[in-house]
Amino acid sequence: MSRKRSAVRGGEAVAGWLFVAPVVVILGLFLLLPIVMALWVSLTGWNGQGSPFRSGVPFVGGDNYKALFAEDGLPRQDFMTSIRNNLYYVAIVVPVQTALALTLALVVNQRMLRSKGFFRTAFYFPSVTSSVAISVVFLFIFANSGAVNALLGAVGIDGPVWFNDSRGLVHVLLGTLGVDSPPGALAGHGVLGLTWWDWLSGPSVAMCAIIALVVWTTSGTFMLMFLAALQNMPQQIEEASLIDGANRWQRLRFVTLPMLRPTLFLVLTLGLIGTWQVFDQIYVMSQGNPAKTTLTPAFLSYRTAFKDFEYGRGAAIAFVLFLIIVAMTLLQRWILRERRSS
Amino acid sequence: MKPRGLVNTFVGYSILIFFALVFLYPFVIQLANSLKTEPDAAANPLSPLPAPVSFAGFERIFEGTNFPLWLGNSLLVTVVITAGRVFFDSLAGYALARLRFGGRKVIFAAVIAVMAVPGVVLLIPKFLVFNQFGIYDSYTALILPIIVDAAGVFIMKQFFESVPASVEEAARMDGASIFRTYWSVVLPMARPALITLTILSFQGSWNEFPHTLVAVQDPDLFTLPRGLADLVSGSLGVGTQYPLKLGAALLATIPVAIIFVIFQRYFVRGATEGADKG
Repeated sequence: MSRKRSAVRGGEAVAGWLFVAPVVVILGLFLLLPIVMALWVSLTGWNGQGSPFRSGVPFVGGDNYKALFAEDGLPRQDFMTSIRNNLYYVAIVVPVQTALALTLALVVNQRMLRSKGFFRTAFYFPSVTSSVAISVVFLFIFANSGAVNALLGAVGIDGPVWFNDSRGLVHVLLGTLGVDSPPGALAGHGVLGLTWWDWLSGPSVAMCAIIALVVWTTSGTFMLMFLAALQNMPQQIEEASLIDGANRWQRLRFVTLPMLRPTLFLVLTLGLIGTWQVFDQIYVMSQGNPAKTTLTPAFLSYRTAFKDFEYGRGAAIAFVLFLIIVAMTLLQRWILRERRSS
Repeated sequence: MKPRGLVNTFVGYSILIFFALVFLYPFVIQLANSLKTEPDAAANPLSPLPAPVSFAGFERIFEGTNFPLWLGNSLLVTVVITAGRVFFDSLAGYALARLRFGGRKVIFAAVIAVMAVPGVVLLIPKFLVFNQFGIYDSYTALILPIIVDAAGVFIMKQFFESVPASVEEAARMDGASIFRTYWSVVLPMARPALITLTILSFQGSWNEFPHTLVAVQDPDLFTLPRGLADLVSGSLGVGTQYPLKLGAALLATIPVAIIFVIFQRYFVRGATEGADKG
């Protein structure tokens, strides 16, 4: 009996390894191995010719990383510009998509409203479509003679040439207040290769069009997460607060929102992780233009490697980006762990 | 109904209808303008009615671009990847949930870690491997690296852990082999999870773009998203040709749209899966 059982166990071990083998082999070959290889390449000056593991490829140590952070020059300027662009992108997309998703979920969840299914479908549909296909649509919508400018024209506003407009929003705002040229203190000084004036530009007009697209495509998914949480909320709590005479806003403020806190954290942190990965939309809509104001680290990394043939530096940018995203992921796991133990 | 209730209902519907327009009207614009002439599309981008209706854009999609080729490639790649993911992910998910073998915990931890690796930082790394293995610019590079996915393994493992093991244990007692039990007892029970996985895989591989950028450069191997991106970046030559581009993007969206409408609840399950794993 015991021999038979251990034979069964042995069979299980073999079967277990066989069952996971395809996944392990493919993820190993096309995910872990590439990361190790790229780490090596990021320490070299490989230009795409031949194998990066030949002996002739120059080993440059940390030079590619140094060029991004510590050396005056175009590489650092481009990299810091991409970081600035992405920071503004994150700072707008994350709060706006979260607020929009929460609002939509709260309205769709109203008990007296019918045809919820239809509205939920309508809001969620953009999330499942191809990022490339939808970028094509938004290129048209934000085109010079496109829908957005036609709408703006209808209310008497002369819309911008969205994808040629590299002016930063903060600069535009200051311009309307009469500040047209940068104050010397901001233009003359700077940090990490950009002047303070450049750091404080705000997202460019072109970036705003991409932000609009991304908020529009992602809000639906996050709405579903809020909806799932709302539907899991025990009804008695809401009923009890009704009996206590709480009005609509008090109920939202003191009952619903506190109970949504975990989901709120989840949506915020998923947003923080996702917004550092923006690539497809940039590739299709702007390629980092105009004047590099839609350049993001993800796109810069791609461009540096495949257009400038600086594979080492491209890989180095990818690793820095990787670290940023890992940091966001750890932040998320830490925040969600806090809540679980409390 | 009390007047206050009426007001609330009215406000609620107004918000919903406003946002329904915001979320759906771009698709109306897309459809309408794909059927317009180029001057009409430029002059009346907002109008939902083409005047006159013109099929010139669609004719040019099929005569002036490689659209049919891209469609064929997309179908091939999507079918193979979807089949592969459903089979391999469920196999691994089952092993991780049910079978006792050394290293199981390590592998599951690795799967979780891999899920957190963002695709965009893998572009250069993947290119290096394709280059090294000599599979760059081939269907192999297009398909093999993404024929399994960690998220799918995770979904299947969670599912198998949520169903009782008694049925399969009975099958095993009757002397069925492990694979036999998996194939004819476990999989049929796993239908809902398999449908979710099928749909997520279909949608994911049909829409996949960055991977194709570093896997192939031969235009004969372009999939729909890659071909579309190529159209936009100016392979068309003169003019903006928006009706054509919008039409091509529309055709590329239709398969996922149909599946979405039919299997909506599985999409919803897939999306909220993320909420559970946090």
